[in-house]
Amino acid sequence: MSIAFVLVSALTIAGGLAAVLLKNLVHCALAVSVAFAGLAFLFLQLDAQFAGFAQILVYIGAVAILVVFAILLTRGAESPKGESVFSRAWQAGLAIAAAVFAVLGWAILQGAAELPANAATPQVTVNDIGHALMSRYVLPLEIVALLLTAALIGAVIVAMHEKERAK
Amino acid sequence: MLEKADQLFVLLQHWVMGLVPAAWQTATGIVLAVVAIIAVYPTLFALAVLLERKGLGRMQNRYGPNRVGPFGLFQPVADGIKSLTKEDVVPFRADTLVHFLAPLVLVVAVFMGFAVLPMGRNMVLVDMDASLLFVFAMGASTELSVFMAGWSSRNKYSLLGAMRAVAQMISYEVPLLLSSVVIVMMTGSLSLEKMVEAQNHYSYGLPHWYVFTPWGLAGFVMFVIAAMAETNRSPFDLPEGESEIIAGYFTEYSGFKFALFFLGEYVGMFGISGLGVTLFLGGWTAPFAFLTWVPSWIWFFGKVMLWICFFIWVRGTLPRLRQDQLMNFAWKFMLPMTLLNLLVAAMWRFMGEGWLRWAVCTAVVVGAYVLMGRTGMRRGQIGPRSYRYAE
Amino acid sequence: MLGEGILKGLAETAKNFAGSYVSKERLTTVQYPEERVAPIEASRVFPFLVYDGGDWQAGLRCVACQICEKECPPKCIYIEKSKDKKPDYVGKPQIYPARFDIDVSVCMSCQICVEVCPFEAIKMDTEFELATDDRFGGLLRSRDQLAKSNEYYHGIHPTEAAEVDARLAEEKAKVEAKAKAAAEAAAAKAAAEPATPAAKPAGGESK
Repeated sequence: MSIAFVLVSALTIAGGLAAVLLKNLVHCALAVSVAFAGLAFLFLQLDAQFAGFAQILVYIGAVAILVVFAILLTRGAESPKGESVFSRAWQAGLAIAAAVFAVLGWAILQGAAELPANAATPQVTVNDIGHALMSRYVLPLEIVALLLTAALIGAVIVAMHEKERAK
Repeated sequence: MLEKADQLFVLLQHWVMGLVPAAWQTATGIVLAVVAIIAVYPTLFALAVLLERKGLGRMQNRYGPNRVGPFGLFQPVADGIKSLTKEDVVPFRADTLVHFLAPLVLVVAVFMGFAVLPMGRNMVLVDMDASLLFVFAMGASTELSVFMAGWSSRNKYSLLGAMRAVAQMISYEVPLLLSSVVIVMMTGSLSLEKMVEAQNHYSYGLPHWYVFTPWGLAGFVMFVIAAMAETNRSPFDLPEGESEIIAGYFTEYSGFKFALFFLGEYVGMFGISGLGVTLFLGGWTAPFAFLTWVPSWIWFFGKVMLWICFFIWVRGTLPRLRQDQLMNFAWKFMLPMTLLNLLVAAMWRFMGEGWLRWAVCTAVVVGAYVLMGRTGMRRGQIGPRSYRYAE
Repeated sequence: MLGEGILKGLAETAKNFAGSYVSKERLTTVQYPEERVAPIEASRVFPFLVYDGGDWQAGLRCVACQICEKECPPKCIYIEKSKDKKPDYVGKPQIYPARFDIDVSVCMSCQICVEVCPFEAIKMDTEFELATDDRFGGLLRSRDQLAKSNEYYHGIHPTEAAEVDARLAEEKAKVEAKAKAAAEAAAAKAAAEPATPAAKPAGGESK
């Protein structure tokens, strides 16, 4: 474990915790983007440049902005004063979180057994990713593309409908 | 001798690196390059601000600043001293931490982009595989800082400016990315170094820059427009619209923090023009084969400054767009055009050498441009402004 | 075609840019401290006190009536009356201002003091470089700084000054005529004293 890894993971965890515990919703959104940035750094540390930059581009550049927009357009950034940040159904949330963690942990532990103990870092270049996407994973890629196109057209139709009604 | 001039900065770096013990050499080299970038671009920023003020003045038949020093050359120094010594006012209700962090995040993100820009032969700080993606990732993180600035100021103008800025930046990031993708398709790489190398050929003394192809020219025009919008330059300066929302997201910033925003804006402009130069105008390569002896970094910085001059020229010419015009233009004109350009680039790739692909690709690009321009203008979505009550 | 207007506009600004280096007529800017435009006659900035003749203290038209002080909307005029009297332009003994200050920082150049002055003693100046580095004493213009000769007034507002002079001359002539008539009447009276008292109403009529 290098110092950089410790620092970055601490930053990521701190960001995640802050996103859950802070009272101000916009602060939460900003904390989430800190966590996203930490995650991107972790990818970069593993020499996964493509994943790291895509993480920054998509999550910080688009998802965090979308979250912020949603907060500002739906309700005030201020949470009502004097109320606890924990929701009343916190036991259920805890149970769900524990269940998800258990599933993920189980999957990782299962997978860890099959991995060689000291594997060399595979040199995955952007070129390789491109080739893999275009040959082996071309079907999933096309399905995702179709889904996204459908979503785009759907969004356009929703927007058009509203405009007609306004007339 | 000329070879040495070309590699002047690389040799300097190696010379300094030779002075320190071996274990420290890599770190020294990196620090030197970073310091050079942090020194050069603010200097260029000062120069560009002076150029902009003088140039805009001349376009409006004024003198521009001419009081400080000969021909007003020391105006940027005076501006710098002024902004450094001004009081830093933070609004009483502002979110102090976010308000403080926003300019820092902006400047850091903007400077990060230069890490991968090839500024001359062998002059790139980090030669990574996905450098184009890196530049766009850094460009995307400036949006968050703009939002932070606007939201934390607790000012309606700031918030409006930030919302406008973010909406605009997201809308124009799509055509910006798509217009660069054609270059990626042609070079088959995301590395900016490789893109420059791919353009560094000459036939009949003329370079093989991507801008001299039908899809390259179309992509270049789209890129310039989207770059203007990304950097909030006039005519896309709605987020700052002085006449409507004072200064947009940095209304509540003063003193050095304001200077940081100003710096970030201009350095972002250099970054995006450097990227455009690398993608379409051959980066550090010379425009004619007989000029290859001129040091490569002169070409790079010359092209960037030329690009900035064009931005200034446009700023002196065009009025500000309206929000709906801005969005219509992005989604109803730029987006289809860039998508079509992808198709044209693919056609070019698979049609093989010869005049036929020139004819077909040019016809498609020009035809689509004229057709879309006509339809858009007839429907009043793009084109000249029309007012119902004024006039 | 789309974009045509943009190209036209770019050509226009390029023409302006290049033109501003070629023809001096395009640059209408007057570079102020070195170059100055000739003052416009109707311009008015700040009041001054008019005096006649060579000596400002002797020739000051102001009689310290304090009308301007009372009328001044921002109350920027401070007047102290003198204890003694001095003759005014017609020779009548009048009190004069021992102190007459106007605060530049308060004055709003409304010209009301000029309108109300019955003695044509206060007029508007065209001098606008009133800045000082002393923001307390320096901005209070005292009597000796405010006093400017009638010739100066003629220099800056010739038409208005000529009108004022004509008016004053007329008044002076009237007063003199009156004085003369009074003197004549007195002389006539003195001469007619031993004669019939019937001359008296005639003297009264000549008034």
